[in-house]
Amino acid sequence: MNPMQVKIEEAKSKGKVGLIPFLPAGFPNREQFWKELEQLDKAGASVIEIGMPFSDPVADGPVVEKASLKCLEDGINLTWIFDGLKERKGQFNAALLLMGYLNPVYQYGLDKFGADCKAAGVSGLIIADMPLEESDFVKEAIEPHGVALVPLIGLNTSKERMKLYSDGASGFCYFVSVLGTTGQRESLPAKIKEKLKEAKEVFDIPIALGFGIKHPDQLAEFEGLMDAAVFGSALISHIEAGNSSTQFMEPWQ
Amino acid sequence: MKKGYFGDFGGQFIPELLMPPLIELEQAMETILPTEEFQTRFTHMLKENVGRPSAITYCPNLSKDLGLDLWLKREDLNHSGAHKINNTLGQGLLAKMMGKDVLLAETGAGMHGVATTVAAAMLDMKAVIYMGATDVVRQAPNVGRMRLMGAEIVAVESGTKTLKDAINEALRRWLSDQETTHYCFGTAAGPHPFPTLVREFQQIISKEARQQFMDRNEGNLPDVVVACVGGGSNAIGMFHNFVPDESVKIVGVEAAGTGEPGCYNSAPLDRGTDGVLHGMMTKLLQTEEGQILPSHSIAPGLDYPGVGPEHAELQACGRVDYTTINDGQAINAFKLLSRREGIIPALESSHAVAYAIENREQLQGKSVLVCLSGRGDKDLGILDEIL
Repeated sequence: MNPMQVKIEEAKSKGKVGLIPFLPAGFPNREQFWKELEQLDKAGASVIEIGMPFSDPVADGPVVEKASLKCLEDGINLTWIFDGLKERKGQFNAALLLMGYLNPVYQYGLDKFGADCKAAGVSGLIIADMPLEESDFVKEAIEPHGVALVPLIGLNTSKERMKLYSDGASGFCYFVSVLGTTGQRESLPAKIKEKLKEAKEVFDIPIALGFGIKHPDQLAEFEGLMDAAVFGSALISHIEAGNSSTQFMEPWQ
Repeated sequence: MKKGYFGDFGGQFIPELLMPPLIELEQAMETILPTEEFQTRFTHMLKENVGRPSAITYCPNLSKDLGLDLWLKREDLNHSGAHKINNTLGQGLLAKMMGKDVLLAETGAGMHGVATTVAAAMLDMKAVIYMGATDVVRQAPNVGRMRLMGAEIVAVESGTKTLKDAINEALRRWLSDQETTHYCFGTAAGPHPFPTLVREFQQIISKEARQQFMDRNEGNLPDVVVACVGGGSNAIGMFHNFVPDESVKIVGVEAAGTGEPGCYNSAPLDRGTDGVLHGMMTKLLQTEEGQILPSHSIAPGLDYPGVGPEHAELQACGRVDYTTINDGQAINAFKLLSRREGIIPALESSHAVAYAIENREQLQGKSVLVCLSGRGDKDLGILDEIL
């Protein structure tokens, strides 16, 4: 079983929702980033999602985009991410996931990327601009290294497409809660419940709800329909305001 | 060949949430486009509203100056001033028949924004136009036209504030508004089916030009066909029906920016590498780490770090030669065509005209047919200080 699934199932066995915080690599700066990861890990993150900054992130909202572009300006790249993770391999309780866009990964070299994920203790990958139809060549390169390509589905994904995504999927399934980009929202669409039910019927791996999540209170109505929550923009804004990751995680525990 | 690909290029590299509207569009392309109703209405609009067929014009004075026969396919004479209207009316009508009521578009030079706004007005739809903040300033006349015709203009402040950023923001808007909105993509690029759909609407340029040239030249084809290439929609339209004609040399002209070593340019076919952006595998201006580089051209419509995937394949298979023209050479062509023939070309099209001027020695005695993709009134503000 992929380590991401193991960690989410662990939280579930304790009656908790798996926590998946997202931070762009190198945010808020090179040194502090690693300290934030340590805090998130100690505060009970099941999976830590590390953003791979890209110059043209079409699926990201303004908070994530701004943070990622700042990291790019600071020279963050895949080599820096892998070097840092390799140094700290074995130090995190949480499973590690990389999230980004295809082009930087493609230029890095898919086989090298898969091998470096394994060497750095990364067990999952999300590519925001790669649907099912284009995913085979990436899966073939990374899965032999034990790295899962996490399916990203949403409110407009038909049950038929969910079934195609579920075939051979491991780790967890990322359910996007809105038709739009990442970012905090005051309310979530009513249709989520119905689609989460469909996803639960289709996937035999955990379902994580993401996009627009800023507080655990939002999750009460989805009890039993999802297993983990992903939060990025709210965490980034919290850190930008001078607060710590530890403080952010408190209400979730 | 894999669906949606031209050789190794193309595809649908886009968030899953955009796949349903792309699948819906592909189905509409396959079912609505071939119908008699669509074809009759589209052909009628092209004749009645666009003014097709557009002329081809022989340029006697420049031909004499250069020692070659220079012909222009006059897309600048289309209603709204560029080839863009062929595509927006096609996509607009398709969207209307799909039940959408908003046309969303990105624009660089503003010509695609204007053409989308015209299509929306004609079809009783709403137009929402995303434009880089830099382009909003340098293409002010087109912004005024769009506002007058009822478009909502969104100035994009992110990134380089040019076309690529306008595309990013328009894609984000489409994510949210896909049920009511059709993304009227402006060039033969982006995720499948846009490259094929846009080429289908633009190939009328070469269909007409090929026949018109033969009618005027005793059944002979031109020796050389030339078009400028940004995203590549006028070029793919101009090239398509000449591709099977082996005797015809086909040339695509990219923008080399200022032409100085190390400057930003807009020539991914000439100077780029394979990569993924805006839904497609294509040639890109990018760093070794896969970050997209800023592009530059004095012609806003060419100012894009990527290119349509069919062009990447036409280059890879060797059927089309791609070359570059810099800002200064384009301005020279802009002035020469204006003074010698009384035709003010768009700065984009000036790059294609410049190819004939800069290569006149190799082209002596040959017939050269250039796609004049748009008119240059919109560019007078840019050139005020230069002219």
